[in-house]
Amino acid sequence: MTPTRDPIIRFEGPAVALARNNIDTDQIIPARFLKTTSRTGLGASLFADWRMEADLTPRPGFILNSPAALGAAVLVAGWNFGCGSSREHAPWALADFGFRAVIAASFADIFRQNALKNGLLPIQLSPSIHAGLLSRVEAEPGAIVAVDLEKQVVTLPGGETSAFTIDPFARACLLAGVDEIGYVLRQSDAIARFEVARGLAAPHRR
Amino acid sequence: MPTIIDKIWDAHVVSSAADAPSLLYIDLHLVHEVTSPQAFDGLRARGIRVRRPDLTFATVDHSIPTTPPEWPVQDEVAARQVATLEANCAEYGIPCAGRGHPNQGIVHVIGPELGLTRPGMTIVCGDSHTATHGAFAALAFGIGTSEVEMVLASQCLLQRRPKTLRIEVAGRLPAAVSAKDLVLAIIARIGVDGGTGHVIEYAGDLVRALSMEQRMTLCNMSIEAGARGGLVAPDEATFDYLAGRPSAPTGAAWDQSVARWRALATDEGATFDRHVSIDGRSLSPMITFGTNPGMGVAIDAPVPDPTSIEDPVARQALRRALDYMKVEAGKPLLGLHVDVVFIGSCTNGRLSDLREAAAMFRGRRVAPGVRALVVPGSQQVKREAEAEGIDRVFREAGAEWREPGCSMCIAMNGDQLQPGQCAVSTGNRNFEGRQGPGGRTLLASPATAAAAAVTGVVTDPRHLPGHTGSFAGRWS
Repeated sequence: MTPTRDPIIRFEGPAVALARNNIDTDQIIPARFLKTTSRTGLGASLFADWRMEADLTPRPGFILNSPAALGAAVLVAGWNFGCGSSREHAPWALADFGFRAVIAASFADIFRQNALKNGLLPIQLSPSIHAGLLSRVEAEPGAIVAVDLEKQVVTLPGGETSAFTIDPFARACLLAGVDEIGYVLRQSDAIARFEVARGLAAPHRR
Repeated sequence: MPTIIDKIWDAHVVSSAADAPSLLYIDLHLVHEVTSPQAFDGLRARGIRVRRPDLTFATVDHSIPTTPPEWPVQDEVAARQVATLEANCAEYGIPCAGRGHPNQGIVHVIGPELGLTRPGMTIVCGDSHTATHGAFAALAFGIGTSEVEMVLASQCLLQRRPKTLRIEVAGRLPAAVSAKDLVLAIIARIGVDGGTGHVIEYAGDLVRALSMEQRMTLCNMSIEAGARGGLVAPDEATFDYLAGRPSAPTGAAWDQSVARWRALATDEGATFDRHVSIDGRSLSPMITFGTNPGMGVAIDAPVPDPTSIEDPVARQALRRALDYMKVEAGKPLLGLHVDVVFIGSCTNGRLSDLREAAAMFRGRRVAPGVRALVVPGSQQVKREAEAEGIDRVFREAGAEWREPGCSMCIAMNGDQLQPGQCAVSTGNRNFEGRQGPGGRTLLASPATAAAAAVTGVVTDPRHLPGHTGSFAGRWS
């Protein structure tokens, strides 16, 4: 397979925390920013209603407005991150802002899929390790977290490590920098056979 | 002993390689303007066609205004998005019910209306409420834009087999309790992530007795419990609804289809990964008080008190939600001042929903200072409602009767709350700012929403004469 994007193997960077459960994709990027027909530039609208006052001035005290968020690569959040709407604009906005991983105690299904397709790693840690990391990063925004996708290990700010798992197929695609659509397109013959066998063969093209 | 979910899944697996997800064939791909433009751009960049435009159907719903089509464009960006969809569909040969088309409407309302949605199908759409189609025993779920591109390109999706959850509801719906109340009660019970990783089969006597429109409301909100899909086994109600629809089979093909559809039901003795049982007789009209759909209570029950919650994280989340919503813990929401009432959406924008609301509006006026919007789910719903004179009931009461679309459920088309306003909404999400930045949303049934519109405060619909009882079609 030919790589179509930069492979993701390992990286490290500053982490910031949003200690909330059930962060929905309407918060990650509110619907009024979905009128774009592009997938770039959405980082400016990331968490818009938490980050900005009604007059668009930055809301003091919100973590993404703090100096620690400059260059942040890892977002640590609570349970059920990314619930609600299926909008892929949510991982696009997170990635455009600079995040390369979200670490949570659990993820909503659609967000997890969307994130993996955009090279944003949804990393689920066990509840106790996650809770420790969340309080650590809350107390020390910008603390460095290292992610090794190849070994499926995160190194926490204190130096301790924790294993995680990513869907093996998605992981292989990310490590090789190939996209899943290319893989599927190479199965065109199998798809055509399935269509014929099920009586679903395409009508003649106009 | 397969479940209905296993049967539909197994019939659509094109291939399964070791370590890779299954390649699942998709029978129907529904497309709308918001989550598709980047997918079409992806096809263009790869230089490939849409594999099966004949199994793809598009409409515009999310970002379109609900004002008459001849009115001048207010939002150039949204108009460009709509034009982009129409151009993409023209380029790739995809049928599209665009603005002004007689079949236009919310994508999850028109699929069933046109008979595009049928039992045993796999259906996807770049929209999390795709589970609506599960009412017809379809394995239907929401996908992201990269997956939209994958399905356009290959008519297939890479998926891991979901876990299965059976929710069995016994009894009958009490009077003035609707399918919306049932699903809000289910989400309050299992939580907003209670169904994560699962597809739900809704079963039991109560579900069996629901009309198709009620089943759509129930399946629609599966995602609010975290489940990508939710479905109901097909039965006579399903077949009666589908017979004669434009895309439904006819003649001998119809009989063969019905026989095949009957065989979809979960086999006796099949096992699910999880079971939940609910007693329908104990259900009441529901309303949400917080900032996710799981924060709901019976309308006459007190809002939970954070001090009574032991888990510190949950306590803090509840406190934050109550602060945002400006509601008081420990007492019911009844009597809370309401600024706006929204009736519509893929959850509650069908004819039976409008009838349920109209029964409350009939002979009454929208309370002073309240704005009430009624937005039919599709052009067909609008035509049928107008043929019955329901639109007049709303207009005479002082409510706005709008053009079809998602409207204030997602608030990206100009229909939105002002900061601080409180709405009773028949939509599906009460997230912070969902209906406009700073807006406060209480989710409820059409009857409860209409009762709030005419009284100006949160009101138990059972206390206003005019409620329709539990079944669609009883109002006339």
